[in-house]
Amino acid sequence: MTTTSIPAAQSPVTGRGPRFSRWPRAVSAGPRWEQVLVPALACALSLLLFGVFVALAGVNPLDVYREMYRGAFGTWFSFQNSLVRAAPLMLTALCTALPAHLGLIVIGGEGALVIGALGAAFAATLLGDASPFALLTAMALLGALSGAGWLGMVGALRSLRGVNETISSLLLNYVAISVFKQLVEGPLRDPASLNKPSTVPIGDANMLGNLPGMDVHYGLVYGLCACVLGFALMRRTVFGFSARMVGGNVRAALLSGISVHSRIVITCALAGAAGGLAGMIEVAAVHGSANASLIAGYGYAGILVAFLARQNPLAVIPIALLLGGINASGGLLQRSFELPDATVNVLQGILFVVILGSETLYGRWFKPAASPAPALPKIEPVLGEVA
Amino acid sequence: MVHFASRAIGWVPATLTFVLLGACGGKPAEPTAEPSATPSEPTAAAPEPDKPLVVGFVYVGPKDDYGYNQAHAEGAAAVAKLPGVKVREEENVPETIAVQKTIESMVELDGAALVFPTSFGYFDPHLIKMAEKFPNVPFFHCGGLYQEGKHPKNAGSYFGYIDEAQYIAGIVAGLTSKTGKLGFIAAKPIPQVLRNINAFTLGARSANPKATTSVVFTGDWSLPIKEAEAANSLADQGVDVLTMHVDSPKVIVETAEKRGIFVSGYHANQSTLAPKGYLTGAEWNWPKIYTDYVGMVREAKSHPHLLRGGLKEGFVKLSPYGPAVGEDAKAKAEAAKAALTDGSLVIYKGPLEDNTGKVVIPEGTSRPQTDIELEKMDYLVEGVVGKIPS
Repeated sequence: MTTTSIPAAQSPVTGRGPRFSRWPRAVSAGPRWEQVLVPALACALSLLLFGVFVALAGVNPLDVYREMYRGAFGTWFSFQNSLVRAAPLMLTALCTALPAHLGLIVIGGEGALVIGALGAAFAATLLGDASPFALLTAMALLGALSGAGWLGMVGALRSLRGVNETISSLLLNYVAISVFKQLVEGPLRDPASLNKPSTVPIGDANMLGNLPGMDVHYGLVYGLCACVLGFALMRRTVFGFSARMVGGNVRAALLSGISVHSRIVITCALAGAAGGLAGMIEVAAVHGSANASLIAGYGYAGILVAFLARQNPLAVIPIALLLGGINASGGLLQRSFELPDATVNVLQGILFVVILGSETLYGRWFKPAASPAPALPKIEPVLGEVA
Repeated sequence: MVHFASRAIGWVPATLTFVLLGACGGKPAEPTAEPSATPSEPTAAAPEPDKPLVVGFVYVGPKDDYGYNQAHAEGAAAVAKLPGVKVREEENVPETIAVQKTIESMVELDGAALVFPTSFGYFDPHLIKMAEKFPNVPFFHCGGLYQEGKHPKNAGSYFGYIDEAQYIAGIVAGLTSKTGKLGFIAAKPIPQVLRNINAFTLGARSANPKATTSVVFTGDWSLPIKEAEAANSLADQGVDVLTMHVDSPKVIVETAEKRGIFVSGYHANQSTLAPKGYLTGAEWNWPKIYTDYVGMVREAKSHPHLLRGGLKEGFVKLSPYGPAVGEDAKAKAEAAKAALTDGSLVIYKGPLEDNTGKVVIPEGTSRPQTDIELEKMDYLVEGVVGKIPS
């Protein structure tokens, strides 16, 4: 992990900048409004590029923007539609965002979701007659535990055997899907599900319902809570601090006596628990049983959300909502303009590239050169020697 | 990665603004169609004369997939040609809450008065929930899952006995094959698929008793790479006619043509993909069924909750015979078609053994298409090489 280049006053002696920043981060990252301006510009540029794309497809971009807005946020129904689509993405995004604090790139959200769904359905099979509260609690616990075990395995492989976590988590996705299908079409199959192999339905009375006054299921609350807790854990606790230290500099962390192994395994397990919870919600709030329909790519979409949110668990919330909105409006684009379904994928792709590209813009325009320099005159010669 | 993440806080205000603008821009309103406490009879609202009837179609895959979805899209295209009808289509809609939202969006934003969610997995729970929510909108689902008394009255289900067409395709395959080895690439060992494999094999063996069908299960509805591998491996084993039950037969048909073997299509007409080797194919005839349904709804007649049929009712049809099909095969196929249509030929009748030697239909028992036992099929008949993975 290298530090990003931070603009600083040039050394009068050597003619080049110091090797590391002299200013606290809050200052060196540029003015606060830059942090709003850059993403806003990136979004605007993405929309502009997307407009060119749809114009090439023979559709008026302004009409497309208006329709997308209507489909994503323009009516109460559309807004709820976006919320419902955002709910699973918040949880699966954490599968990538939490381990990222340790410098790990985990892309196993799909596997965690699928295994979590399996665990939740298994819990429901075991406790068929329990009260709804007990059943849902057991499903959530077993779902989260299964997901935690799944990605915890990735963390353990990484820290104990040095296996690349990106590759192992990706491959474990395929393993998870195969295990899921084997069990759902085999031992866990409800004999009554003839042409759509599924586990035994949990029953309408046991389903996770909708939020009061809304057409959005409780999964959204799970997602919001998980994101806030994830943020608090990483930014406001000693554990989070030590985990980020591992991500910043493993050697420094080891020298400070931090148990790097446990940080890696625990964080990956927590990430997996979020994914497993997403799977449980798919079973308990949407499908009512575990079947192949819930393997719908939420885990992979979560990777996109995590990176666009720049691995910040709190930023995951609005980004998930944005992507939920884009997906919600995708159908309207198809129906109104007869654009192919891939159109929204193009927009997502453009957003991804432009936003990651916009990383380089931070601190380019505002060099806090003149004013802070006199405040730290004494440090200058020392730094000069180091450099 | 850590400092990289810390800047993301800037995202929160930016996107929140965007989203909040959206939330405030629209007038929060309750969904227009309130589910009434007592669901009324499915009287499809007769459209006002000047307003077109909006019909929604939802597909699980791309509508130009040369297969399942294209067959339905052809039906939608026929509906779009009717006067006073507007069709709204959406493709690649997964069998998740996304389909509920698509249906809701079609009803709320497009004013759809009739919806065809075409994928099998859409029914339970998605279509049922939407039918309960919009009791005045008829929903017709492909799959034949409707149960009287259990499901909402404005829902309906239809399905075709496409194994009749597979039986005839089997006759053509059995008589055209030089090696007598036929290949069947199937997605999942579920009753609907087993029924096609068995009908194809029974048809082939009725014309060529030495014919066998080697079956490969890929495990899912759309796995083009596995399908291509299966097609190649079957061709390597000397199989010279392939057929399939997967969502998009495109890859299998193209692979067969490239390998210089024959192929029999499924779902839609794939003859343009294999001009030399295409024999015939078991096709859906959705244009007829869908225009019939729209007619029923427009005249505000009550519609049947469960509609099933085969060749006779026009649910299924065969692709035109390809150049490799001989006169003898054509004549035998046409004869079987006539017998299936007039009901004198029953595909499943005793004595019938499965490929382990167990009697599955005893002597003297005849199971016509409507027999509920056939819906639970869990065997492969004699002549099928392969077994059902458990």
